[in-house]
Amino acid sequence: MKNDNFALQVKNLTVELNNQKIIKNLTFEVKRGETLVVLGPNGAGKTTLLRALLGVIPYQGEITWSVKNISYLPPNELLQRREILPLTVEDFYSLKEISGNRIIDSLQSVGLEKNTLKKRIAHLSTGQFQRLNIAWALADKPDTLLFDEPTSGIDIGGTETIYSLLHNFWEQYKLTIILVTHDLSVVWEHADNVLCINKKGLCYGVPKKMLTTENLQQLYGVGVKYYRHGTYDR
Amino acid sequence: MALELNIIATEPMIDEKIILAILMTVSIGAVAGYLGTLMLSKRMSLVGGPLGHLTLPGITLALLYGFDVSIGAFIMLILGILVIWFFEKRTRLPIEALTAIVFTSSVAIAFLFLPSEEVELALIGNISQITASTAFISMAFSVLAFLIVRQIYKKMVFIAVSEDLAKSEKINVDRINLIYLLTVAVVIGLGIRIVGSLLTAAIVAIPAATSRNLSVNMKQYAYGGAIAGGLAGILGIIAYQLFSIPAGLAVIISSSALFLFSVVFKKT
Repeated sequence: MKNDNFALQVKNLTVELNNQKIIKNLTFEVKRGETLVVLGPNGAGKTTLLRALLGVIPYQGEITWSVKNISYLPPNELLQRREILPLTVEDFYSLKEISGNRIIDSLQSVGLEKNTLKKRIAHLSTGQFQRLNIAWALADKPDTLLFDEPTSGIDIGGTETIYSLLHNFWEQYKLTIILVTHDLSVVWEHADNVLCINKKGLCYGVPKKMLTTENLQQLYGVGVKYYRHGTYDR
Repeated sequence: MALELNIIATEPMIDEKIILAILMTVSIGAVAGYLGTLMLSKRMSLVGGPLGHLTLPGITLALLYGFDVSIGAFIMLILGILVIWFFEKRTRLPIEALTAIVFTSSVAIAFLFLPSEEVELALIGNISQITASTAFISMAFSVLAFLIVRQIYKKMVFIAVSEDLAKSEKINVDRINLIYLLTVAVVIGLGIRIVGSLLTAAIVAIPAATSRNLSVNMKQYAYGGAIAGGLAGILGIIAYQLFSIPAGLAVIISSSALFLFSVVFKKT
């Protein structure tokens, strides 16, 4: 049932790949303008969940989107063949039929210079490339962003930059964001809701209530404890 | 110099057949080079080899029953691709293993029936018997294949960057891949006219690699492949006429020479 307050409603989602259940019976909702962080260890099914939400793999259950313009960004390392194709930043934008001043505006919005345009994407640093990816994902003005590990391979300083960029865009454009990560600090600083998964849903709700030691131990295994630094509350 | 004089004395400098051969070789070489840039981006350059070998039974049938070799080749390619696809569904073996099984079997079967005097023609091609109609039909198919590749080029690059990303942008990946594979079959079918069934990988792989070395962006890379393929065609036919070596081999050696040039002048 479509409800316009929600960007996304997921009911009893099950995903089976190669005769193996990767996600079991997952139910959650994302309100418009909300940031949902999907948290879980490696191999928990986080990327599979995003792929099912995008409809690129088969699934059982219900996925109802009430928004139309959804932009997706896979993890850095899954953007293949950077070295084989001599793709420039301009070429990368042309894949989305974006050209001219729109590219320059887009680059400048993430602090990349105009001369980046003619550079090969293979020659950008990991941090620059990920900033480019964010700009690229936002270039056709989506209302919803699906990001999978946007800071993989980036150092701590770079990670903070990426998240503060995302936060600024979230404020500026009232975006709905679904963010996959295994980084707990992101949840505290940026999430309205958190969905913890390890094949099945283990917790779902506001971070303050959900990120208990008990839940985290269940999610990551015995012995995990998270000490919250800082007091940033949303 | 002596060689040139000899040719001038015995044959007209440029006859109709040579013009037809140049036109046909340039158009097939260009489209193969253009498509080759996509094949390189999918790490499929070498696939041109087994696909070329797959055509051998079709070429054999064409030679035995007197129809066009490209038609025989194309039918065998489609059949071979369908057989590989069926085996993959049924056995879940890797495609490369199934391709090896299907192409070696087809070569073995072809050699049982291939008339011995036609072996060279089937393996390394022969353009000396070219007619105006085959040349023009080949050119028409080359132009058609070129337009199709141009139509799907960006989408294929998108898929090469990330299939999920392409799907999320509403690109019908299966449809585009099917069009791409059919175009590969057509271009390989055309390519055997120049280089025979043994060396088809060369016309898709070498110009693309040359272009990759010399290009700084996607457009240069794509059209550079076409230019390198077309240029190798012209140089090859000139060498064929000057030195009376098989045209297919001359085209490939010219292409390799262009590649060596690109290695020296490689852009970073």
